[in-house]
Amino acid sequence: MFDNADALLLARLQFAFTVSFHFLFPAFTIGLASYLAVLEALWLKTGKALYLDLFRYWVKIFAVNFAMGVVSGIVLSYQFGTNWAVFSDKAGPVVGPLLAYEVLTAFFLEAGFLGVMLFGMNKVGRGLHFTATLMVALGTLLSSFWILAANSWMQTPQGHSIGANGQFIPANWLEIIFNPSFPWRLMHTVTGAYLTTALVVGGVGGWHLLRGNGTPQVRKMFSMAMWMAALVAPVQVFLGDQHGLNTLEHQPVKIMAIEGHYESHPDGAPLYLFGIPNDSEQRLDHALAIPKVGSLILKHDPNAPMAGLDTVPDAEQPPVAIVFWSFRIMVGLGLLMFTLGLASLWARWRGTLYDWRGLHRFALAMTPAGFVAVIAGWVTTEVGRQPYLVYGLLRTADSASPLAAPAVGASLVAFVVVYFAVFGVGIWYLLRLMHKPPEPGEPDPERTEREPIRTAGIMPGPAQHPGSTEGAP
Amino acid sequence: MNVDLTTIWAFIIAFSVFAYVVMDGFDLGIGILFPWLTVGHGRNRAMNSIAPVWDGNETWLVMGGGGLLAAFPLAYAVILPATYPLIIAMLLGLIFRGVAFEFRHRDERHRAFWDFSFFGGSLVAALAQGMTLGAILQGIKVADRIYAGSWWDWLTPYTLLTGLGVVAGYALLGACWMIWKLEGDIQDKAYRLAFRAGIATLALLAAVSFYNLTLRPDYQERWLAMPNILFTSQVPLLSAIMAGFFFYGLKKRWELAPLLLTLALFLLGMAGLGVTIWPYVVPDTLTIWDAAAPESSQIFMLVGVVIILPLILAYTGWSYWVFRGKVGSEGYH
Repeated sequence: MFDNADALLLARLQFAFTVSFHFLFPAFTIGLASYLAVLEALWLKTGKALYLDLFRYWVKIFAVNFAMGVVSGIVLSYQFGTNWAVFSDKAGPVVGPLLAYEVLTAFFLEAGFLGVMLFGMNKVGRGLHFTATLMVALGTLLSSFWILAANSWMQTPQGHSIGANGQFIPANWLEIIFNPSFPWRLMHTVTGAYLTTALVVGGVGGWHLLRGNGTPQVRKMFSMAMWMAALVAPVQVFLGDQHGLNTLEHQPVKIMAIEGHYESHPDGAPLYLFGIPNDSEQRLDHALAIPKVGSLILKHDPNAPMAGLDTVPDAEQPPVAIVFWSFRIMVGLGLLMFTLGLASLWARWRGTLYDWRGLHRFALAMTPAGFVAVIAGWVTTEVGRQPYLVYGLLRTADSASPLAAPAVGASLVAFVVVYFAVFGVGIWYLLRLMHKPPEPGEPDPERTEREPIRTAGIMPGPAQHPGSTEGAP
Repeated sequence: MNVDLTTIWAFIIAFSVFAYVVMDGFDLGIGILFPWLTVGHGRNRAMNSIAPVWDGNETWLVMGGGGLLAAFPLAYAVILPATYPLIIAMLLGLIFRGVAFEFRHRDERHRAFWDFSFFGGSLVAALAQGMTLGAILQGIKVADRIYAGSWWDWLTPYTLLTGLGVVAGYALLGACWMIWKLEGDIQDKAYRLAFRAGIATLALLAAVSFYNLTLRPDYQERWLAMPNILFTSQVPLLSAIMAGFFFYGLKKRWELAPLLLTLALFLLGMAGLGVTIWPYVVPDTLTIWDAAAPESSQIFMLVGVVIILPLILAYTGWSYWVFRGKVGSEGYH
């Protein structure tokens, strides 16, 4: 049963499906939590009701998105055991504590303060409510820290020994956490989440501007999102480049697959813009190449020699086509984001930020680009480290649970049906919320859409609309 | 029993599981009782009473799972494949339950569907959790550090009984929570539901306990042999006393006491579980020391637990405090 190739493939499909679907939600949650903290801070600092309107508008969207992130995330914390039992037994001593720290420092923090953030504005003071919002945002970032430490250790493992029972035994936790690929992966992922959120906010803003709902709230959020795109997209391009160089150093085979370098190039490698990877013949068909630029980008020297997949045994190679294409999707979208940022700067300089319909359409079209790019990026890095789960040490094929293919197949079908149905409806609700523009005096979700939660101890405070009288310095 | 890191970790995991069972227990219990609550008004108030805290409550499940992977990776790697369909069912149930909190406010026209999703998700999750407990107690085949049984081993009359027991127990917790947090007609309803759920819980608890004695010879030994029985007999004895106070409290319409007495019953259940299984995680097969992670893992995490867990308990307590008092109905604000 353990060599059961079908069961293994189904287990891999199941993990790929559940983890990709899950990541859509935190990719938005991480950025939106920080955005909400910024909005509330601006409201408290300036006293302008506009910021509170935007906070209340986006916090409703945040709540729906967060709930889907939570329930799809719990699946993952159990799926290591249900489907990857050998991995859990062997790598549990290293990966387990990192996940436990994620729960302790991040999940409890988010969950503990989320209730106050969503429902507590009339029950605690403004300072405390702002603290709750900050804690939720901090929780999302801490969560990224630990989960990416765990993932990065699996990519570039160090700081452990291997015990007699085959387990990875932690020896130096600082080395494990701050493994070589961790800092770049963390920065690249969190920045990606921020960009994803900026593109959603910008897309919603662009949509309402196109529909003629150019309220001050819509203008403000569109402007903030375009600042993010203009400032953060270049940073992301830089971080991506550095992350790539880091991968070249520690996982060169992944870079060979990304670049489509089947053959070695002793006098400088080309940059293949396109091509059809052909694993069985070990060559890139119909390649469109720029000579020497591959070496120039990766080695900063056009003539630097670069080894190709011909130096790597077939059994050690990742599937090239997936990695080759997912990488190009990510980079292509990244360059479009960069272009959107530049276009917004141009429009701002010309004073047409709120009038240039071409820009609004561009922003609207880019709404899902962040999600597609982060998933493409994860596909690149996860497929690129195959055939290993713990790079160089534990093969994916040796990590699965002793399950029969029908069991894994049935659960895969169940996940696919439920995720598309439930989260599809959830995403529909999100779109419906976004379809309505934020308005002056955006209602407090707690007081209008739910029955109010009355407490015995505290009289409900006055409506939280400071206007211009409170909070101003 | 020598107190070492592994023992400490067994207690931390047990604490997490207990925290999950009682806290998400009343959330899931309200879901299980949802069909008995009046559509609209009653259900809204019941859900509002847990809306600010359910997510934190559910986090204890991730703590239990993540903690098990970290502290007892071999147990995690054996138990989850052995109970595969149950775990998948639980996860799917928790999805339907969790999204219902948000979705039923977003879509008036389909509120009936999300109400059913809240009920069905809660019921399936509770049943799966109870059956998983039973599947562990009845024993799991292990060979060469992996699960060696078939994928239907978990389905027996015993596990069905433990599953129903947990469903009844959660319903009891949910009813007691509503007695405490709500008032008026829905509180009257909660008193009646608590009475019925109390009877069902005690009956199933007794049935599981007797079944348990026939399940494995060593379980009988652990509970009934002298001198153990002098201590073990305290568990059912105290349970009976708590049950007596519980029904007396319902009759006197005490508001908080039924919840506290139910918690005491769950604590006694946990103690009974300890008597049955300690120091094994998989009966007769894996002790906590067999399954334990290396010391370097245990120490690293213990530092985090010692520092962070008190903080978690503090701000969780604060969050409950913010939302203290009765959850009112419309028209109060």
